[in-house]
Amino acid sequence: MARVTSRKSGDVTILDFSGRLIIGEGDYPLREAVHQALEGGAKSILLNLKDTTTIDSSGIGELISGYTRVTNRGGRLKLENLPSKVQDILQITQLITVFEIYDDEKDAVASFA
Amino acid sequence: MRPNSLPLLPAGQAPQDLVLDLVLPSRPEVLEEVRDRLDSVLGPLGLDEAARDRIGLATHEAVVNAMIHGNRRDPGLPVGLRVLLDGGDLVIRVADRGPGFDPAETADPLRPENRLRPGGRGLLLMTALTDAVGHETGAEGSVAILRWRMGGDARNLHP
Repeated sequence: MARVTSRKSGDVTILDFSGRLIIGEGDYPLREAVHQALEGGAKSILLNLKDTTTIDSSGIGELISGYTRVTNRGGRLKLENLPSKVQDILQITQLITVFEIYDDEKDAVASFA
Repeated sequence: MRPNSLPLLPAGQAPQDLVLDLVLPSRPEVLEEVRDRLDSVLGPLGLDEAARDRIGLATHEAVVNAMIHGNRRDPGLPVGLRVLLDGGDLVIRVADRGPGFDPAETADPLRPENRLRPGGRGLLLMTALTDAVGHETGAEGSVAILRWRMGGDARNLHP
């Protein structure tokens, strides 16, 4: 079961995703979490994918949708802790250069300053 | 042939090469079970976890395409999934009842103008994760054919 929990570090909203980021499972919870963060006024959103067990093209599409929604609202969405499976798929789809990606949460949070 | 099944096998295919034969409703809820069933036949073939992941994801994308684009999300229309051993190759055939499509006419998701489009990456993943991808269209629908060469020469995840 996919799940997204939200926490704050200063002005940064961190969304911890866990489970399968695939069609009909993790895509909707992620969309909702990004939507709620934006509705709550978040401008700096860090998506932690550490516990993402798999991703498919729909999950990739949801990452892109989230990125464009946040950017269009004047905010920034960045990624952290990509499992190798997710990183491989972002490389295949050549989206690895679209996202700002961090391995260390302190660095990621500081990058929004 | 069962009433609901599709002509997935080319004429003359030896039936003993068929290692999995499923007919699925066009509902994403069955995808997890598909992966489990696939793993249950790939493990005994001696494929490691990385290979099973590549095969599993490419097959997942083909089945999702069949459900959404081929059968247009009509849960009453079947998706056929067959896993075959064809000489030294592993072949997975995914059939739907749709009219088929020309892969050359799909938008290239790697082009800069398409980079931020949310959809259109299923075929790219199938191509990257297999040794060959083909499509056939017939009177009853279309079939995606995924092929891997067995024997240690499979491509890794990095294109």
